[in-house]
Amino acid sequence: MAAVAHDASGHHDDHGHHEESFVSKYIFSQDHKMIAKQFLMTAIFMGVVAMLLSILFRIQLAWPGESSDFVSFFLGDTWAPGGVMKEDMYLGLVTIHGTIMVFFLLTGGLSGTFSNLLIPLQIGARDMASGFLNMLSFWFFFVSSLIMFGSLFIETGPAMAGWTIYPPLSALPQAISGSGLGMTLWLFSMAIFIASSLIGSLNYIVTVLNLRTKGMTMTRLPLTIWAFFVTAILGVLSFPVLLSAVVLLIMDRLAGTSFYLSDIIVNGEMLTQHGGSPLLFQHLFWFLGHPEVYIVLLPALGLSSEVIATNSRKPIFGYRAMIGSILAIGFLSFIVWAHHMFITGMNPFLGSVFVFTTLLIAIPSAVKVFNYITTLWKGSIIYTPAMLFAIGLVSTFITGGVTGIILADAALDIAIHDTYFVVAHFHVVMGLSAVFGMFAGVYHWFPKMFGKMMNTRLGYAHFWVTIVGAYGVFFPMHFVGIAGAPRRYYDYTVYNDFDAAAGEMMMDLNVIITMFAILAAVGQLLFLFNFFYSIARGPKTVQNPWSGTTLEWTTPVEHVHGNWPGELPTVHRWPYDYSKPGYDVDFVPQIVPLREGEEEGH
Amino acid sequence: MVTKLVILLVIVLGVVALAQLMRVYELSSKLTKKVESDISNRDNRFNAKMMMAFMVLLFGGFIWLMLKYGWTGRGMAASVHGRETDWLMDLNLIIIIAVFFLTNALLFGFAYKYVKKPGVPALYYPHNNKLEMIWTVVPAVVLAVIIILGLRVWNTTTDPAGKEAIRVELFSKQFDWTARYSGMDNKLGRFDYKLTHEENNPLALMTTETIDSAILYMEDGYLNTKSIHYLETTLNDPNTVMNSEDRDLMMVELSRRERLIRMLYQMKKRHDDKIDTNAYDDIIQTDTLYLCVDQEYEMNFRSKDVIHSAYFPHFRVQMNTVPGMTTRFKFTPDVTTEEMKKIKGDENFNYILMCNKICGGAHYKMKMLVEVLDAKTYDEWMNGVYRKDGKGKFVLDNEGKKILLKRGKVHEATFAHTYKKGKDVLLPTRTQSEELEALKVELVEKANLDIPSIDAN
Repeated sequence: MAAVAHDASGHHDDHGHHEESFVSKYIFSQDHKMIAKQFLMTAIFMGVVAMLLSILFRIQLAWPGESSDFVSFFLGDTWAPGGVMKEDMYLGLVTIHGTIMVFFLLTGGLSGTFSNLLIPLQIGARDMASGFLNMLSFWFFFVSSLIMFGSLFIETGPAMAGWTIYPPLSALPQAISGSGLGMTLWLFSMAIFIASSLIGSLNYIVTVLNLRTKGMTMTRLPLTIWAFFVTAILGVLSFPVLLSAVVLLIMDRLAGTSFYLSDIIVNGEMLTQHGGSPLLFQHLFWFLGHPEVYIVLLPALGLSSEVIATNSRKPIFGYRAMIGSILAIGFLSFIVWAHHMFITGMNPFLGSVFVFTTLLIAIPSAVKVFNYITTLWKGSIIYTPAMLFAIGLVSTFITGGVTGIILADAALDIAIHDTYFVVAHFHVVMGLSAVFGMFAGVYHWFPKMFGKMMNTRLGYAHFWVTIVGAYGVFFPMHFVGIAGAPRRYYDYTVYNDFDAAAGEMMMDLNVIITMFAILAAVGQLLFLFNFFYSIARGPKTVQNPWSGTTLEWTTPVEHVHGNWPGELPTVHRWPYDYSKPGYDVDFVPQIVPLREGEEEGH
Repeated sequence: MVTKLVILLVIVLGVVALAQLMRVYELSSKLTKKVESDISNRDNRFNAKMMMAFMVLLFGGFIWLMLKYGWTGRGMAASVHGRETDWLMDLNLIIIIAVFFLTNALLFGFAYKYVKKPGVPALYYPHNNKLEMIWTVVPAVVLAVIIILGLRVWNTTTDPAGKEAIRVELFSKQFDWTARYSGMDNKLGRFDYKLTHEENNPLALMTTETIDSAILYMEDGYLNTKSIHYLETTLNDPNTVMNSEDRDLMMVELSRRERLIRMLYQMKKRHDDKIDTNAYDDIIQTDTLYLCVDQEYEMNFRSKDVIHSAYFPHFRVQMNTVPGMTTRFKFTPDVTTEEMKKIKGDENFNYILMCNKICGGAHYKMKMLVEVLDAKTYDEWMNGVYRKDGKGKFVLDNEGKKILLKRGKVHEATFAHTYKKGKDVLLPTRTQSEELEALKVELVEKANLDIPSIDAN
C-alpha cells in the first residue's frame, strides 16, 4: 500500500510525499481515511461492550433473583454474588450502557467515522482542513473511551445515576456507591469526549465550507455532507453547554460549591449547600441532550439518503426539501429541550411553550419520511445489505417518531414520563435508526474503507435477524410502558404487592423482550465476523461497486494520500443523476459535464 | 467454572464453523465467478418478499400485543383529570397507529413492489412541489389539532388548586414516603431542613420549640459527638491525640456546624410563633396514604436527599420531588379502592405511589400504598385517629404558653403529639471535663450507636 502511495505521489509531486512509518501511518495518522477507520474500530469495541451490558441487565429483568452463570461470568462474585447481580451494579450497567451507546457509539462512532471518511471524499478535498486536529480529535476520543471503559472495573463501581446523571444523586457519594470515583471518571471522560467532539466538529465545518472542489456548490453536495455539516454545527453550539454542566457538577462534588445542591440531608449528614437548583443541571444537560438526539440521527439520515438513492437507482426525491428539513430539524432541536422536564417542577407555562415547539419537529421529520418513501416509488431497488438497513431505518424512524407525538404532549407525558414507553420511544427512533444508518454506512462504504467487499449473504442474515430482534425488543416495551412500568427498576415483582395482573404482564413481556435481545445480540456476531473476516480475506472490490455518482467512487481503490492521484476532480452536476433519461447507463457521475441543453436535476 | 469453559468453547467453535462456511462460500463464488457487489435477481426477489413477510409479522405482532396487553396494565383512570388525559391519549393513539400502519405499509409495499426487474428502468422523478406541499400541510394541520387539545388539557391540569382542596405534603427520602396532612386548619406547617431531627422531627417542621431544640442539639447535644461544644472541647484539649487528617476533618465539621448554627439563630430571630399551630395540627402518616373520593387534593412534594418522582400511575399523576424546592400537583381521585377492586376483579388490588426517578439502589422498592375511601369511611378514619381530649382544646406546655387548636380533638398522629413523644432529653449542666468523661463512657457503652471516626483514636 505504501508503495502505491509512493507511486501515486509521482503524479503530483507538489503534494510532498514520503515513506510513512508504521506509527505515523496506523497510529498517529493524520490521514482522514485512517482516522475514520480508527473511530470505527474504537466505536465497534465500545458498542460490543454496551450491548453486552444490556444483555446482562436484561437477564436480571426477565429472571429477577435467579442465578445466572452468564451474569456471574462477567460480573464475578463482587458484583453478582451467587450469579445474581447487585442492585447498585444493575444501575451501573444501565448508566454505562446508555452513555456508551449515545456518546461513544452513536456520536463518536457514527459522526466520527463517516464525517471523517466522507467529507473530504465527497466534496473533493485532499484531506481535512487540519489533519493534526483531526488526529487529536481521535486520540481524545480514544482516551475518553478508555476512561469510560476502565470505570467499569473500579472497586466502587461505575457511575450509577443514569446516563443523564441528574444531581444530587450524581453529586453525592453518600447516596449511591457509583457516585464516588465512578462518577468522577465519568465526568472526566465526558469532558475529554466533548473536547474531541468540538475539535472534530470545527474541522468538519471548516472543511465543508472551504475545501469543496471546483464546481461543488452547496446545492450540489450529497445529503450526507449536508447532514454531517449541520450535525457539526449542532455539536459546536451544544456540547460546550454540556461541558459547563459537567464542570459545575465537578465543582459541586470537589469544591463544595452549590450550583445544583440545596437543603440536603443524606445519610444523616446535613449539607450546608443552599440555593442551588437541580433543575439548572437539567436545563443545561438537555440543552445539549436534545440536539444530541439529532447529532445522532442526522448523520444516519444522511447516510441512508445516499444509500436509498443509489440502490433505488433514482434521484432522492425533493433534494431541496431534504436540505430544508435538515436545517429545520437542526434549528428546532435547540428550542425543544425542556420537553424532557414537563414534570420536574418547571413552570407549567414554560411546558406549554415546549409542547408547541416540540410538535413542530414532526413536520420536517414527516417530510423526510415521505421523501424517502417516494424515492422508493417506481424505483429499481437493488437489495444490498446497506439498502436493507436503510429501509429498516425509515421504518424505525416512523415507528419511533410517532410515539414522540404522545411524549411531546405534556398532558399525556404526565402518566408515561420515565416509564418504559419513553425507553421504547427513544430506542426505536434514535437508537435503532442511528444504528441501522450506521450499519448501512458500513456495508455501503466498506469497499471504500478497506478495498474489500463484505459478504452479502451474511449481511442479509445480519439484517433480518437484527430487525426482527430489534422490533421484538422494543415493540413489547411500549406496552410495558403504557402499563406504567417505571424505567430503571431492578425488579418488577414489586407489582405483585398491589397489582398482580399488571405485574404478571410485565414479567411475561420482559421475558419476551430479553429473548429477542439475546437473539439480536447473537445476530451482531454475524456482523462482527463478516466485518473482520472481510477486512482480512474479503474479495477485492472494484472502484465503483454500487455504481454511485458521488466523488468518492472516482478515487482509486488503494488509498493514496491526498485521495486523488493527479488533479482534483471538477463537479458539473448534482449527486443524484440516477436513471436520467437520455443516458445509456443508469447513473451519471458528478464529474461528467452537462450535455448541451441538459438541465440539472433539481 | 465448567459452564464458563463451555460458554467459551461454544463461542470459539461457532467462529471456527462460520469461518469454514465462509471458505466454502468463497470457493464456490470463485468457481461461479460471482462478484460480491452484483446482487442477483434471486437475492433481490428474496429480500423483497422478506420485506412483505416482515411487514405482515410487524403488523400482526402489533395487533396481537394490542389485543392481549393494550389495556391490561393501564386500566381506567381513577381521577377526574386522568379521564381527560386518557381520552386525549386514546385519540392520539388512534392517530399515530393510523400513521404507523399507513406509512409502514407504503414503505414495505414499495420496497416489495419496486424491486429491480431486469429491463425496467427506474423513473427519473426528482421532485414535485405539489406533493411536497401536501405532506407538509397535512401533518401541520393534524399537529395543530393535537397541540390545541393537548394544551387545553395541560392547562386545566396544572392550574393552581382551589381553596377547598386539601393540602397534603408528600415527603420523600431514600427509600420511602411520608405523608403530612395539613390538619384542621388546612395549612401545612412551615419547615426548614436544618431543623431535621431523625427521631422527633424527621420532617423538619418549624415551630418555636423545634428551633430551640435544633439549636441546642447543634451546640450541645446529649451524646452528640458532632455538637459544636464537643468539637471545640476536643480540639482545644491539649491531651487529645489525633493525626492531622482527623484534626482537619474535625475542623471542617466544626466550621460547617458554625455556619449552620448562625443560620439557626437567624431563623429563631425571624420566627413568628403564631404559625406554630399550623405545624402542630399536621398529621403525619407513614404506611398508607388515605384519600377521600371526589375530594380535590393539592399535593406538595418535598425531598430530603436526591430527586425522586411521585408517581401515582392509576391517577395519571406524576411530579418530581426536588431537594430545595416544593413542587405541586392537584388532582381529584374519583374511584374508591373498593370500586376499583371490583372493576379489576382483583381483591388484592391497591392504588400505589411509586418512585419514578432513579434515586439509588433500592429505588424500585420505594413505594407507599394509597387507599381511596368513600366519604363515610374517610370520616371514620379521621375520627378514629382523632380522639377528643374532653376539654375542647389542646394545651402545649411550653414555658407556660398555651396553644389552642380549632377543634377539641387531638390527632394521635398530629405533630404536636408525636413531637412530644420523641422530645430530646436535655443534659444537666456539667463542667467541661466531666462532660467529656461522661461522653466517653457513654460512647463506649453504646458502641453499637453511630460513633464517629474520631473516637477510634
